Amino acid sequence: MSYIPISPKEREAMLAAIGVKSLDDLFEAVPAAHRFPKLDLPPALTEMEAASELAELAAANESTRDLVSFLGAGMYNHYIPSVVDHILRRGEFYTAYTPYQPEISQGTLQAIFEYQSLMTALTGMEVSNASHYDGATAAAEAVNLAWAQFRGKRTKVVVSPTVHPQYRQVIRTYTQGMELELADETGAGLESDPAALAEQVDANTALVIVQYPDFFGRVYDYTQLIETAHEKGALVCVVVNPTALALFKTPGEMGADIVVGEGQPLGIPMWYGGPSLGFFTTRKKFVHKMAGRLVGETVDNRGQKAYVLTLTAREQHIKRERATSNICSNQGLLALASAVYLSLVGKSGLRQVAESCYHKAHYAAEQLSQIDGVGLCFSEPFFHEFALCLPVPVEEVNAHLLEHGILGGYDLGQDYPSLKDHMLIAVTEMNSKEEIDALVEVIAEVAHD
Amino acid sequence: MNAPANLKYTKSDEWFDPATGKMGLTDYAQGQLSDIVFVEILVEAGDAVEAGTAIASVESVKASAEIYASAGGSAVAVNESLADAPEVLNSDPYGAGWMVQLENGAPGEVMDAAAYEAYCAEREH
Amino acid sequence: MTELILTEEAKVVEPTIFDLSSPGRTGVTFPDPDVPRAELPDSMLRADLPLPELAEVDVVRHYTRLSKFNYSVDDGFYPLGSCTMKYNPKINEDTCRLPGFLFTHPLQPIETVQGNLALMHTLQEWLKEISGFAAVTLQPAAGAHGEFTGVLIMRAYHKSRGDDKRVKMLIPDSAHGTNPASSGMIGLDVVQIPSDARGNVDIEALKAQCDDTVVGIMLTNPNTLGMFDEHVEEVIKIVHDCGGLVYGDGANLNALLGIVRPGDLGIDVMHFNLHKTFAVPHGGGGPGSGPVGVAAHLADFLPAPLVGILEEGDDELAPLFGFVTPEKSIGRMKAFHGHFGGGLVRAFTYIVMHGPDGLKDIAQYAVLNANYVQARLRGVYPIPYDRICMHEFVAEGRVEGTDVRALDIAKRLMDYNFHPPTNYFPLIVHEALMIEPTETENKDTLDRFADVLIQIAEEAKTDPDLLKSAPHNTKFGRMDEVKAARELVLCCWLPEDYSNQ
Repeated sequence: MSYIPISPKEREAMLAAIGVKSLDDLFEAVPAAHRFPKLDLPPALTEMEAASELAELAAANESTRDLVSFLGAGMYNHYIPSVVDHILRRGEFYTAYTPYQPEISQGTLQAIFEYQSLMTALTGMEVSNASHYDGATAAAEAVNLAWAQFRGKRTKVVVSPTVHPQYRQVIRTYTQGMELELADETGAGLESDPAALAEQVDANTALVIVQYPDFFGRVYDYTQLIETAHEKGALVCVVVNPTALALFKTPGEMGADIVVGEGQPLGIPMWYGGPSLGFFTTRKKFVHKMAGRLVGETVDNRGQKAYVLTLTAREQHIKRERATSNICSNQGLLALASAVYLSLVGKSGLRQVAESCYHKAHYAAEQLSQIDGVGLCFSEPFFHEFALCLPVPVEEVNAHLLEHGILGGYDLGQDYPSLKDHMLIAVTEMNSKEEIDALVEVIAEVAHD
Repeated sequence: MNAPANLKYTKSDEWFDPATGKMGLTDYAQGQLSDIVFVEILVEAGDAVEAGTAIASVESVKASAEIYASAGGSAVAVNESLADAPEVLNSDPYGAGWMVQLENGAPGEVMDAAAYEAYCAEREH
Repeated sequence: MTELILTEEAKVVEPTIFDLSSPGRTGVTFPDPDVPRAELPDSMLRADLPLPELAEVDVVRHYTRLSKFNYSVDDGFYPLGSCTMKYNPKINEDTCRLPGFLFTHPLQPIETVQGNLALMHTLQEWLKEISGFAAVTLQPAAGAHGEFTGVLIMRAYHKSRGDDKRVKMLIPDSAHGTNPASSGMIGLDVVQIPSDARGNVDIEALKAQCDDTVVGIMLTNPNTLGMFDEHVEEVIKIVHDCGGLVYGDGANLNALLGIVRPGDLGIDVMHFNLHKTFAVPHGGGGPGSGPVGVAAHLADFLPAPLVGILEEGDDELAPLFGFVTPEKSIGRMKAFHGHFGGGLVRAFTYIVMHGPDGLKDIAQYAVLNANYVQARLRGVYPIPYDRICMHEFVAEGRVEGTDVRALDIAKRLMDYNFHPPTNYFPLIVHEALMIEPTETENKDTLDRFADVLIQIAEEAKTDPDLLKSAPHNTKFGRMDEVKAARELVLCCWLPEDYSNQ
């Protein structure tokens, strides 16, 4: 199978115009010893055969359509309205390049402008960029912003241990070339409130990173922490779950400087972890230090309102090694997905989703905590995820659940030794009462064995 | 292209005024950058400035540049107002567009206005 | 300059989604919870959620209208140099949306996602075979992300040998901006190496920089002039001799499929752009996918986790795939496992449908098409590095005796329904127009494109204003970029008096 639309006759005419005899003659600059290797790959399949091979691979999985899922921990099983994919499947959107030629890219540009607007409305912030790779890399880019803002003169970043473990790993990986002290003690402080974190903030602190709801689903008001950090001159980044923001006070209201997060809950399939969407919002005063593309409103030379990529001199293609970040490709198409999702569910729909998650999660938590030997790990308010203490290893519980067609929660012991036998359970609008009751029943069985 | 006779100039297109100790970027430089939309002064009053080190970073709609100190000395003032009005660097690079003022500023490698004009003319080709 | 000012009626107007909002309209609604309601924590609730309110049809029409303001590969020729805007096969859109892929959670037990893991493991193996590297990570999200992964690996390699004084990254002057930016992100000193008169790395200039402080060189080959470096093996040897490593920017791999394997040339580490070479669509800016391949001595440093075989299979039993962590891993580049659905599944489908011969055809025809357009334009526009090119070439966008610029030519092309080439890059060519036709264009299209460029060169002489005020036939004209940057209107919201109470 090939997508090359050139006939042998046309090829010969083209070679003649170039002045070479064969296709192979075009490659004389390539060292002869290594030219034209024989690649050990399976022979080409037709579309029909490929479709069947891929279908077989996909069918070898048990997806959250085959299983009842209570797995969250950074990716959530939400309903995606049909319209979202219909829009994404328009070739005009998905086969376009980055909108560097605004005259013929207004579709992408206006959609991103709307995405930026929707994200600032959701987070309560002033500006949003056109996206990062995912929530974790967006959090790491917050460190880059703070580093650039203080020009490397403040060298400490305080990361709450209740920020997603993989996000903390990514931050550590990203910053290993900086002379940076990363304070993130995972062993202690999981139960204490944000005030404990404030004690770590000093005059050398560039940035404080907290999560909202935190990794255990808990909802804290960070206003006081942010005030304390600001008194020391530090910036504060809040990693948020966007669905939760339909219900809860925004980090913008709490005074945050940067709000980032994983946009997957907003109309993007889990897709085994990606691609998803990292959103990044901040205050206008930091816009020049923010990485990533940015769309601004303007007019064209006919007097029409229009949109362009703006402040591009901040970016790598112009600023090169002095740029805040090297980001180039972003998640444009998935930013569009989120814009379509948010437009479609709107004010009332997103609130419905969030409330549904909240009530179902609380129902599940209440039912589960009535099982002997099983209890909620924390007493703070939570959104749609909670940590459950079990009398037996999580692995054992999950194995039983899987036998009953249920994907159990995330094993917290793998990241937090003090939370051995603790499971993080996520409940969304997709989980029916019946499914929750089944979860409770199986866990009760395992607990009493 | 305008280069006042009383100033000294660097090859990297900055000026220094020996009379006031002020420095900034030249008319030629602002023309090359075109519309400047962002300025960040990298030194603070009280800092010791070494000739040839970066004192500011500017961004226009199409380019970015580091501005280097045309002289060394102790910074006594920086032009805070540029942050809110970067376009002044285009309209008045030698006046309101000054960036940093030094006390007892000693020029680095600089040339006079005539030499600088010739240097700019050379690069036009 | 002739400018067309439109009357209000004639203007193209698509209000924003916020302008279109009307209090009380609803799009998609959700069922009421089938469980008892829990108490909400009053003090933590937000007062207002200022999102728009629209019906489904409003949303569909709005985004459909917006889509029509875009030019795309499905619309026509997109010869954007260094971006490889090839046709994106439709079957890939179907395979990546198979429910088994779409609805799997990244933290599911490995036993339940053997299909995903088998696909990833196979793709790792194929990319190794195509590139000649010993190991591949699929985790990086995009080309620049892969580069960043690569430079972290290079740095970690030197550090693991106690070689702490290496701080210098050599980067040719024709490189993509992401190369110096990736190096800058970990605090390396970037040293630029000039090109020689034939578009190769200047060997003497390179030698002058090679010492025991060199981390390595970031080499794009074919380079951004579209030239295969004629001394590539010598360049690699010089850098290796001073203890440095060679990073290969895989942006231009489309020219090398089945032609030469970067690993065989001695390159130590390289990223792939699945969204260029392997037909993953560009999506209006992303998502991309940027796997990284490394030679054996760097395999232990790859980000974690990789997909490995945990239990070997036999004739009856499939192997058990799972995750493995390289011994000296640099860490983790993003959450979860890379751009699985949108990136890896599409690229897998593309490779499986091409096979070894099909992949070689891709490179050969991509190079044929570029050389053909170059031959057609020779003598019309200056071509500063004029020899057999690879998948792209760079012309100068100027016409003798006129003051027309590359930008004007680019904008005028839009009037003929072509996407312009990349312009003003690479920086080392004055008024650069960088043309990459790709292998998925036929001769008729290439001829028409060349004819139009020849005609534009004529127009430049007879009616230069026509170019300087172009485009004319598009829905939108040239933009006021200064206004955008000075006024900085970056979002819109619901009007102040908006209320659905």
